[in-house]
Parts: sequence; C-alpha cells; structure tokens
Amino acid sequence: MLQGIPITHVLIVSSFMFFAGVCGFIIRRNMITILMSIELILNAVNINLVVFNKYLFPDQLQGHFFALFVVGIAAAEASVAIALIINIYRRLNSISVDKVNEMKY
Amino acid sequence: MALNVLMFYLLSAVIVICSVLTITTTRILRAAFYLLCVLVATAGFYFMVDYQFMAGVQLVLYAGGIVVLIIFSILLTSHISHKFAKPEAIRLVMGILVGVSGFALSTVAILKYAFTPSTAPAMKVDMQAIGTQLLGTGKNGYALPFEVISILLLAAMIGAIIIAKKGK
Repeated sequence: MLQGIPITHVLIVSSFMFFAGVCGFIIRRNMITILMSIELILNAVNINLVVFNKYLFPDQLQGHFFALFVVGIAAAEASVAIALIINIYRRLNSISVDKVNEMKY
Repeated sequence: MALNVLMFYLLSAVIVICSVLTITTTRILRAAFYLLCVLVATAGFYFMVDYQFMAGVQLVLYAGGIVVLIIFSILLTSHISHKFAKPEAIRLVMGILVGVSGFALSTVAILKYAFTPSTAPAMKVDMQAIGTQLLGTGKNGYALPFEVISILLLAAMIGAIIIAKKGK
C-alpha cells in the first residue's frame, strides 16, 4: 500500500470519475461523447480494482488481471462502437442519438 | 507533506477537473483531449502503486489506441468548429441529480465501511510473475480468460471491419 494515502481517498476520486461518466451519459446527445463517458466509467472501475488489489490483497494479483481484461474489453467495445457510429453517419448524416430511431416504428 | 502524497493529490486534481471538463465542454475535440488527460493521470496512479505493466497497458491501449480512434472518428463525422447546443433543462437537471446523489451515496458508504488493510507482504509484480499467472492453468492461472478475450478481440475486429466497410 501507499504510505500516507488512505484507501478511502482513492475510492472517492474513482467514484467521482464514475459518476461524472454516468452524468455525461445522461446529459450528452452525441454518440462519440457518450462513448467517452463509457470510457470514463470503465476507467474508474479499473482504478477501483487496482486499489483493492494493492491495499487489501497485496499478496495476490487478481485485481490487476481483472483490470487488464477490462482494458481489453474496452478496446474491443470502442472499435465496434466506432464502426457502428461511422456506418450510422454514412446513412443518416448525423450522430445524434435523437435521430437514430429509424427502426423504431 | 511527503512527495508521493503531493503527487497523488496532484493526479487526483487532474482526474477530477478533467473528467468534469470532459462532460461539460462544448467542443467535441476538447472533450477528447480532456479524456486523454484523465487516462494519462490514471496511468500515473498505476505507476504510483507499482504496477508498471498495468500503467504501460493503460498508456498504450487507452491513451494511445482508444483516444486516437475517438479523435479519428470525430474528424470523420463532425466539423472541428462545431459547438454543441445546450442540453434540455430537464435532462440537465436529471443528469446532475443522478450524478450528485450517486456520488454522495457512494461516498457515505465508503466512509462508513471499515477497510482492514492487509498485513501480508506485498507480492513483487515483475514481468515473470505476470507472464506465468496470465498463461498458467493451475491455481492463480488466467489461461482461460486470456484465450476467451483473444477470441473476443478477433470477433470484434472482424465485426468492426464488416460493419464499417462500404456496401455495394
């Protein structure tokens, strides 16, 4: 563990980041900024996993590996999401989520 | 105040300020830049807890890969000078309400819970330990998730190419 830094401070920073991501997910209407909010959320979760690993179970590496896998999943998710966004932009000329309801009715 | 404590609060300030700016700025390219700042500060935090491999992965994959991908898609789909319209009042209020109440709730929960720091000696996290655990099949082995994620990455790559390619 880190000298002089309590675990609660790290957790509060990461939960702030998480809820900033949630807030942006609700407020924003642009698909790319929604994707950025998801990256913020995933990053906050990664910090939590690493911190729990380091402070509470320093003799194991489980949190480290989970964070590693989350980064891999985030990369896959971002690539597929951006392919979808580019395809939607080609068809509808817009990436606002308000205009993507073609299949709804 | 010790130097590492100062460094931690500096990184925390960068994370907090830039994550707020990411979701409030009206220019989309600036939002991508602030996201990059958040991710680099996170990598700095991983260096502080001595997980060098994790910090390297964070810098290479997140800061180097995903942010570049996002910036490319911004350049392909919107004008650089494009500004967002102000969000509707009801949505703004609801978003801020959810964010603030969720943050308050989790902060109270974190402060109330008594964490018991482990006294076990810290494991040395070098490349050899990471490699043997990542590809091990016994106790503390992660060979199965490693293989599953490699299949997932292949599927995501093929799917992204097929979705994004131009139809006839």
